[in-house]
Amino acid sequence: MSSIPPPVEQPGHHEPGVTENENAIELKEVAGLSQGQIVRRRFFRHRGALVAMFALAFIILLAFTSVGPQFGNWKPGGWWQYTWNVAVDIENGGRPTLSLFPFSIGNHPFGQDEVGRDIFAVVMRGTQQSLMIMVITGLIATFIGTVVGAIAGYYRGWTDSVLMRFTDIIITIPVIVIGAVLGRRFGIQGAQVLAIILGLVLWTGLARLVRGEFLSLREREFVDAARVAGARDRRIIFRHILPNAIGVIIVNSTLLMASAILIETGLSFLGYGVQAPDTSLGKIISENQAAFATRPWLFWWPGVFIIAIALSINFIGDGLRDAFDPRQRRMPTDRALRRAKLGKIDPNLMDASPAKKRDDS
Amino acid sequence: MATFVVRRLIASIFIFIAATYLMYVLTAFAGDPLEDLRTGNAPNKLELIEARTRLLNLDVPVFLRYFIWLGGIFGLTGKGFDLGVTVQNQPVTVLLAQAAGSTLQLVTLASLIAIILGVIVGITTALRQYSGYDYGVTFLSFLFFSLPIFWVAVLLKQYLAIGFNDFLRDPRIEWWVIVALAILAGLIWGSIIPGSLRRKAITFAIATLATGGVLTYIELSDWFKYPHIGLPGVAVTAIGIAFGVTAISTGLRRKQALRASLVVAGIGIVIYFPFMAWLSFYLDFWTFILLAVATVAISFGIGWFMGGDDRMPVARTAAIVGFLVGGIIALDRFMQVWDDYAASGRIKGRPIATIGSQTPGLEGSLWVHGIDFFTHLLLPTVALILISFASYTRYSRASLLEVMNQDYIRTARAKGLTERTVVVRHAFRNALIPIATIVAFDIGGIIGGAVITERVFGWTGMGALFQNGLDHVDPNPVMAFFLVTGGLAILFNLIADLVYAGLDPRIRVS
Repeated sequence: MSSIPPPVEQPGHHEPGVTENENAIELKEVAGLSQGQIVRRRFFRHRGALVAMFALAFIILLAFTSVGPQFGNWKPGGWWQYTWNVAVDIENGGRPTLSLFPFSIGNHPFGQDEVGRDIFAVVMRGTQQSLMIMVITGLIATFIGTVVGAIAGYYRGWTDSVLMRFTDIIITIPVIVIGAVLGRRFGIQGAQVLAIILGLVLWTGLARLVRGEFLSLREREFVDAARVAGARDRRIIFRHILPNAIGVIIVNSTLLMASAILIETGLSFLGYGVQAPDTSLGKIISENQAAFATRPWLFWWPGVFIIAIALSINFIGDGLRDAFDPRQRRMPTDRALRRAKLGKIDPNLMDASPAKKRDDS
Repeated sequence: MATFVVRRLIASIFIFIAATYLMYVLTAFAGDPLEDLRTGNAPNKLELIEARTRLLNLDVPVFLRYFIWLGGIFGLTGKGFDLGVTVQNQPVTVLLAQAAGSTLQLVTLASLIAIILGVIVGITTALRQYSGYDYGVTFLSFLFFSLPIFWVAVLLKQYLAIGFNDFLRDPRIEWWVIVALAILAGLIWGSIIPGSLRRKAITFAIATLATGGVLTYIELSDWFKYPHIGLPGVAVTAIGIAFGVTAISTGLRRKQALRASLVVAGIGIVIYFPFMAWLSFYLDFWTFILLAVATVAISFGIGWFMGGDDRMPVARTAAIVGFLVGGIIALDRFMQVWDDYAASGRIKGRPIATIGSQTPGLEGSLWVHGIDFFTHLLLPTVALILISFASYTRYSRASLLEVMNQDYIRTARAKGLTERTVVVRHAFRNALIPIATIVAFDIGGIIGGAVITERVFGWTGMGALFQNGLDHVDPNPVMAFFLVTGGLAILFNLIADLVYAGLDPRIRVS
């Protein structure tokens, strides 16, 4: 339950220790492509991220089509035969009917709980809720963090001091603690409200990063040029600096979403998150942890879905980081250095392109 | 430097006070503290409500009630350091004193192990970038990073504790398990140690044979029943530690360092028997700590006197060797009482505990209590480590990779320094700077994780204090919890600043 996303470097930074030769090759590969195209190309070469993207898309589709979304009174229903809050007769002692050899899904692939609810439907509903909380939280936290960081970094001076001290105050309280306190009060009002609350406490790390990015970008020539051309502050912030900081923001908001889903499940586990009659992945685990010895499937499936979602998002974040920022490039290995010494290849050409680094594995 | 620290400290204190205010108000507004009385149907309902209102000053508005609480901390209520009372009229100061100990032990131990392991693994993966080992660790750390801690905790309870206890009833390792583990160890070491194919093959063979040999010995000697290292084991490990630490810290070419380390290891081997048979029976907790400090100090002194011209690195190396060798001997001593512990009436042969922070009513020496402490800490610590280990490995890997691509590393290589000097002296130190910040920042996260872990493992620590307080909408225990955790976070941030200044001389100037 760490509150820190994995490391992030700022993109658009000139690589120290790169020779002209390496730069030339790098430039040749991306000649004539827009920034978006370059990023997309690099992202699609990251195999882990690509697989993760398909996995996440599959989970989203499965969760929302199987039991159908439900917002207030609007419940269109899905293709799955059972709904998540209706108990049916217990078959097979509630054990999962899913089998791989021979492959068959059966009536209750993930089993049933003690009152007879179909666990597949329950887990799908929990996945929906957890995904929705993740997206809302991620969007709100990204928005607040970006705006606070941008204003603090751009205006500096007392604006910066006030905003950053405020950030410091929030950051002093562990996320799970402030989340629990707020969840105790607002969790009863539904998953959407909980998502908004989480968004309101998770923005601090991003704000610090964006501020750092703005502090360095505002000194660049293109900002001076825009100012000389008569652009107002708002235009400079949103049209000139923000697009250059977009890498940091996108990468971090993905990682923010991964931690949001873990925090939501943690809060629901403690009893301060999503409240009955609704459900979420963490709540399913919390309700069933005592039954682990007798009905372990009540416990395995929600956990597997939490991990699958968080893992996919972490991999996508890693792919995005590689795409936006090629700085963690390959170091020459001992073997490569020895070969270079023997004159087999020119060391300058070695691993010149960061984008190729995963292809040679 | 002093002004820098003082300025930071004052700013931190103000931020902390503001954070406590925010926390107090939020907690007070988290619900209705009189709810259980209002919805109840006690005949003297109104009097009960009246009594609780008076007890917790509920008639004072929240925004002002905070200052009553703050006054209590500074002793203005006339009771010294006072954190108020809970809904049940128990003094929070007493509750906190009971709770803080177990949680702080857990968090400190877990963070220490996670930091050390995480940094070591992160550094080695960075040095072997894109090897099988690197890909394996990367995938594992992503997996750990995505694990919900409560889920892991329940799994650990089921498989590590209950499964291992069952295993201990009839500890047999099948031969194919030994073969598989030995080959696995060989593969891991083979991909970590660099070099030509031939050297890799040799590494693989040595690691496989060593692991296989140790496992076979464990199987044949009924080791799980009577675990021990013994004098031969201690001697081999001590000499291995002496060589290993010297190789990393100063390089084996520094003869003085190697000699000093070997002397320290030799002293450890010599005092093994007197310690085991005589000295260790007279130790309690504080003399044990004193002995540990003395060990490090004496080793440092030996290094200092044998160091020659440049004493400091040699003394440091000797001190590390002394600490590790002392640790091995102490470990063997702990193992000696394992059998007594596991067979004792309170444990009944199921030593790995799943609930609570100590066995109630257990009697015995320092060593028995130490084992009891370890077996209770094991599961929650593993759970916490799994989670934070992931971020530390990722950070150290990223940080070292970035440093290794700097110009000054090229310069260091170009002037012909050994790989050890380049990595340990030039790269590692610089890579530590960002890691120091992360560690300080992460403490809050670990404590947050501890709240959940404690609940799964049934510890009555600070997590329980926090949760009980929050359930009753009672700010006093919640604030006591936050006072410790927030205070720790602030403290660690300050330490990070100091470490920063120690690692990076440029910061000291400003």
